[in-house]
Amino acid sequence: MDIVELSRLQFAITALYHFIFVPLTLGLSVLLGIMETVFVMTGRPIWRDLVKFWGVLFGINFAMGVATGITMEFQFGTNWAYYSHYVGDVFGAPLAIEGLMAFFLEATFVGMFFFAWDRLSRVQHLIATWALALGTNFSALWILIANGWMQYPVGAHFNADTMRMETSDFMAVLFNPVAQAKFVHTISAGYVTGSVFVLAVSAYFLLRGRHIEFAKRSMTVAASFGLASALSVVVLGDESGYTAGQNQKMKIAAIEAMWNTEPAPASFTVFGIPDLQSHTTKYEVKVPWVLGLIATRSISTPVPGISELVAAARQQIANGLIAYETLLAIKKNPQDAELRTTLDAHVGDLGYALLLKRIRPDIENATPSQIDDAAKSTIPNVPVLFWSFRFMVGFGFWFIALFAAAFWLSAVRQLDRYRWFLRAALLSLPLPWLAGELGWIVAEYGRQPWVIEGVLPTALGVSSTAAGDVLFSLLGFALFYSALLVADLYLLVKYIRLGPDEAPAASPRLVQIAAE
Amino acid sequence: MTEYEILRLIWWALLGILLIGFAIMDGFDLGTAALLPFVARNDTERRVTINTVGPVWEGNQVWFILGGGAIFAAWPALYAASFSGFYLAMFLVLATLILRPVGFKYRSKLDSPRWRALWDYALFAGGIVPALVFGVAFGNLFEGVPFGFDGDLRMHSTITLFSLLNPFALLVGLVSLSMIVLHGAVWLNLKTEGAVKVRAHAVIPYAALVFAILFAFAGLWLSHLHGFQIAGQLPHDGPSNPLNKTVVLVPGGWFANLALYPALWLTVAAAYLGALGAVVLSERPGLAFIASALVPFGTIATAGAALFPFLMPSSSEPNDSLTVWDASSSRLTLGVMLAAVVIFLPIVLAYTAWVYRVMRGPVRAEDITRNSKTAY
Repeated sequence: MDIVELSRLQFAITALYHFIFVPLTLGLSVLLGIMETVFVMTGRPIWRDLVKFWGVLFGINFAMGVATGITMEFQFGTNWAYYSHYVGDVFGAPLAIEGLMAFFLEATFVGMFFFAWDRLSRVQHLIATWALALGTNFSALWILIANGWMQYPVGAHFNADTMRMETSDFMAVLFNPVAQAKFVHTISAGYVTGSVFVLAVSAYFLLRGRHIEFAKRSMTVAASFGLASALSVVVLGDESGYTAGQNQKMKIAAIEAMWNTEPAPASFTVFGIPDLQSHTTKYEVKVPWVLGLIATRSISTPVPGISELVAAARQQIANGLIAYETLLAIKKNPQDAELRTTLDAHVGDLGYALLLKRIRPDIENATPSQIDDAAKSTIPNVPVLFWSFRFMVGFGFWFIALFAAAFWLSAVRQLDRYRWFLRAALLSLPLPWLAGELGWIVAEYGRQPWVIEGVLPTALGVSSTAAGDVLFSLLGFALFYSALLVADLYLLVKYIRLGPDEAPAASPRLVQIAAE
Repeated sequence: MTEYEILRLIWWALLGILLIGFAIMDGFDLGTAALLPFVARNDTERRVTINTVGPVWEGNQVWFILGGGAIFAAWPALYAASFSGFYLAMFLVLATLILRPVGFKYRSKLDSPRWRALWDYALFAGGIVPALVFGVAFGNLFEGVPFGFDGDLRMHSTITLFSLLNPFALLVGLVSLSMIVLHGAVWLNLKTEGAVKVRAHAVIPYAALVFAILFAFAGLWLSHLHGFQIAGQLPHDGPSNPLNKTVVLVPGGWFANLALYPALWLTVAAAYLGALGAVVLSERPGLAFIASALVPFGTIATAGAALFPFLMPSSSEPNDSLTVWDASSSRLTLGVMLAAVVIFLPIVLAYTAWVYRVMRGPVRAEDITRNSKTAY
């Protein structure tokens, strides 16, 4: 494997690991806020027990979120140095603001949440808990503004003097429609994860006949919050689909395994076997109109297919090559105003010309067949996207059904009546994680070959580090994270089994050691 | 001065403030972890030691994360060149820092002494390795590191982990470590009672002395190194492209700024006064802590003042060195980020101060036994 593949693999592994912990943090932090609000309003101690028990599990998970998050903040620099140089002017800002606005809030008040029960009044502690929840949600906002810009790079321009993208309109970056849709979609997915977690663990207690009152109250909170969130995930997922339909047409076409343009109103393929050789999808089951409505919100706009988009990319590469050649001329002749005008006219497609760099370094001499190859390289991995998307959406609808059932049973006070429901809730435990990871695979793997859509190919973004060093760190992170994940799961299971009542007192032996 | 030049100067100062903030705030809990095996002899003492930083270390670590984010936003070329250039050193730092959140949280969640001992080692490594490596990185900046750029500003370098671990850099690493250990000892002197306090108190004069000697020795050594200087004119508000200048190496050149502006020696004086104050005031732990916070301030400010305007000098292609004038973000981004700092940093400092007020007072053994389940 070369440096590009190793760096991509490392980023994928560390990001997917990180996102095991993030959604649970997002969801549980808000659920803790809700539970503690009920405690402060009603004054019933059982609600404080709820906060404390779910708080312990939150803490075990939170530590891993922080640990795996540290890597993410620095990995752009260590492994994606050219990326960092090329877009840092735009992309760095939301990351820094995330630290200032979100991480400090979250990290400062998580200490208060755990350590200041005896030192704060009930209302003060409640404020600390909500500050923690607010901090985690702000951090999702800023990282998704950064990620949204990778999908839809608005408010920026290329500067030939600094050889990089620079911000021209910060407000456009901030209010990027893709970022807004992704933010609400992602935090809702986090809330679903937290709610499924609470629902499933409570179902486990009810199945065992333990902590009945505790479990029922937990389930009621999870059911109402989860139902609202599950609906929001699907609706805002649709919004993401619409915004992607506007600017990432190739991603939509790949998700749909749509080799050729669908005439309006485009139909949605529910099932099919995408075939990479023949560029066809076998055994298709199609629902008329649905894709047209999702991607274009109209019944008269066609949705372009892969072969048409490849043809368009070929044109953009040719255009981008003019920009590239002009850029070479500007380097020799920096004062020439006419060259700058030519560059401005074609620079929007410069990124497409850079796709050729994977094929040959002197891209200005590219042959037509090499341009063809580069245009074809804009097709992401169709079967992976096709199936990831369908499983994600399927899970999304399952969560709506699950929470609707839980909500109904809670309303009629029958939460512990049907064992099949409790088993279904327990078995659903891994699904939000699968849905979330699949969602990121659709979003990021579906953006390939771009690291910044249409601007910078992923292969160019890497550092000039030795491949051996990256292999070493990749193996290091994989081993390290896996070991920590084992410890995390072990503690979660142990503390779930202990349940809310029985506080694990230090063993007499340790107390003895401590006393000596 | 133009607006762009002023913004670059402000962001150079903010870079320093963030590094100093990190060294002061995260410094004492790195130092506490580095001292863990030496000041605590049994499990309760270890838990007392760890819990002095328990409620606050997480907020402190954000100074480090924010440092990374701010360098990315304001000095993207520096962010890219330093973190990719120091690749394995950075991996080492990240790997040990990763152990901290998990170590703090998981250590006391099980009763097994072996489990706890394992995490104690992890926390110790998470304290000592970053403190050492950050110093080593700073040392390398003064010597210059081998890197350069092609016309597309893609970096090439021949930096290896072993080239980073050279004698001068290791010396600076030890300066950093002694400073962090001093700060940690002063913190424990403030936040504990009984045996842990006695042992931490005993560390203070030794750590201060070691720091004072090593800092002086590093300065002496530095005067024998070649300093980097920009030859000719480099506009202070030009495009951020490090290929437009000529750089010359001057023997003893790192002292040029201090010779030009003798007031800068006050930063050196601050470091020494801080170290002295930490020892002399150790019976008044609150004041001693303020004094020992002067040490990272003085040390980092001295290093920054000497390096200015260089951020990351190149030994192999000095002309490609990164400086304040050609490695920053655009004027717009620097302006937006400054606004963000002006709005949010005071808020952060306000609630951080509130948290320290709430958590004031020493951590006692009874606190641990009483809150055995929730304490770290």
